[in-house]
Amino acid sequence: MKTMFLAFLAIIVIAIGADQALHRAGFSIEEVTSAPSVRLD
Amino acid sequence: MTRLTVKLLGMIVALVLSIGVGQGAWAQEAPAVDRTSTGGAQTLEDILRRQDGLKVDNSFRSDNIGDPANVAGENGSLGTLGGVSDSELWRAYRYGELEKLGDLRVSAKGPDGTGDVTQVVVQDTGMAWLEFRKGPMKDYGGYLLLGTVGVLLLFFLFRGRIRIDGEKSGRTIERFPSIERFAHWLLAGSFMLLAVTGLVQLFGRFFLIPLIGHEAFAPAAIAGKWVHNNVSWAFMLGLVMVIVFWIAHNIPNKHDLKWFAVAGGLFSKNVHPPAKKFNAGQKVIFWGVVVLGLSISVSGLSLLFPFELPMFAATFAHLNDLGLPQLLGLGELPTTLQPHTEMQLAQAWHTIIAFVFMAMIIGHIYIGSVGMEGAFDAMGSGQVDEQWAKEHHGLWYEEVTGKPAHDHHPAE
Repeated sequence: MKTMFLAFLAIIVIAIGADQALHRAGFSIEEVTSAPSVRLD
Repeated sequence: MTRLTVKLLGMIVALVLSIGVGQGAWAQEAPAVDRTSTGGAQTLEDILRRQDGLKVDNSFRSDNIGDPANVAGENGSLGTLGGVSDSELWRAYRYGELEKLGDLRVSAKGPDGTGDVTQVVVQDTGMAWLEFRKGPMKDYGGYLLLGTVGVLLLFFLFRGRIRIDGEKSGRTIERFPSIERFAHWLLAGSFMLLAVTGLVQLFGRFFLIPLIGHEAFAPAAIAGKWVHNNVSWAFMLGLVMVIVFWIAHNIPNKHDLKWFAVAGGLFSKNVHPPAKKFNAGQKVIFWGVVVLGLSISVSGLSLLFPFELPMFAATFAHLNDLGLPQLLGLGELPTTLQPHTEMQLAQAWHTIIAFVFMAMIIGHIYIGSVGMEGAFDAMGSGQVDEQWAKEHHGLWYEEVTGKPAHDHHPAE
């Protein structure tokens, strides 16, 4: 059962990692769907 | 058991009947509406009927598109405005009646390559997608999942839990090493999260908003979208790992025919067709996961990166080359599609695949947990009782231990 919970933990780590990585690579929804002339924050 | 069975059958019959009655509302004819108070424009009654999902006869709008022949003479007042007002022109757009107003073309060619002004100005397939999503897709998808659960319930009532027929030996052997279990649970855990959040996206409006209200649903739906988008990567990684680890064990062989011939012994006690690491039923699940998993991943990537990975125009071109759509009487499928149409098709396909996938996995979860004694251990601890291994995977047991699985059936 330890392996099962380890895999579930990995899902959480991968999800947060993917979110962070895509944001840093410029793939956030804000950046993809707006132009440089749009102030985002 | 019999009283419970009768009760359950009654519930299923009642459910089917209630669905039939619910559908009756759709069959109502649109009544004639008196629109003199609005000068022929739509009335409050039309709007309310549309909001209730009832049929509205739209001909009073779709036919009201003016007539170019009514143009006033050049010397008359308002002579240059033509015979069609702005509202009439847009209604013609809306209902696809533009050709009745003359041969209107634009110089910039639309995706269909004809310069059809409607294709360029109005992305009309959005309505068809919306209607399909909240209509047949939602209804038939829901019936498929409920039906699968119903069939499994009946199977459980009549067959019960599939027990280990012989005496448990108390000795165990390793069925799946931890890396394979890790891959399985990475795929399974992410699948469950994707299934639940995906169902919330499609059914939330109909089931959750009436239950918890808009204020609670909105943040839940946004959180669900985050989970769905980001957990997808774990699913794809798990899928690749599972394919790499198990594809060699899932090549069909002659034992699969024997397995199918006795339906895997699912419906009868003491029937155990020989099987290696995976039996034919498990192979069906494996290849189902591979095909559906890859298809849902590709369409999911297309949705994750909107407009960057269109795939339907290219797929349709391949299908046309194969002659499949022509064979089905669909004619040639369009090979140039508007970007939004690509997204709509990707979304629809993603959901259709998801429903089939979920129905299959519900069956897999059943047989791997309550449906069969000892099955969960294979993925839980990785250790299975020797007797279980002899009964369900006799040839694999012989390979691993070098001992015969049955006294009367020496290793082949």
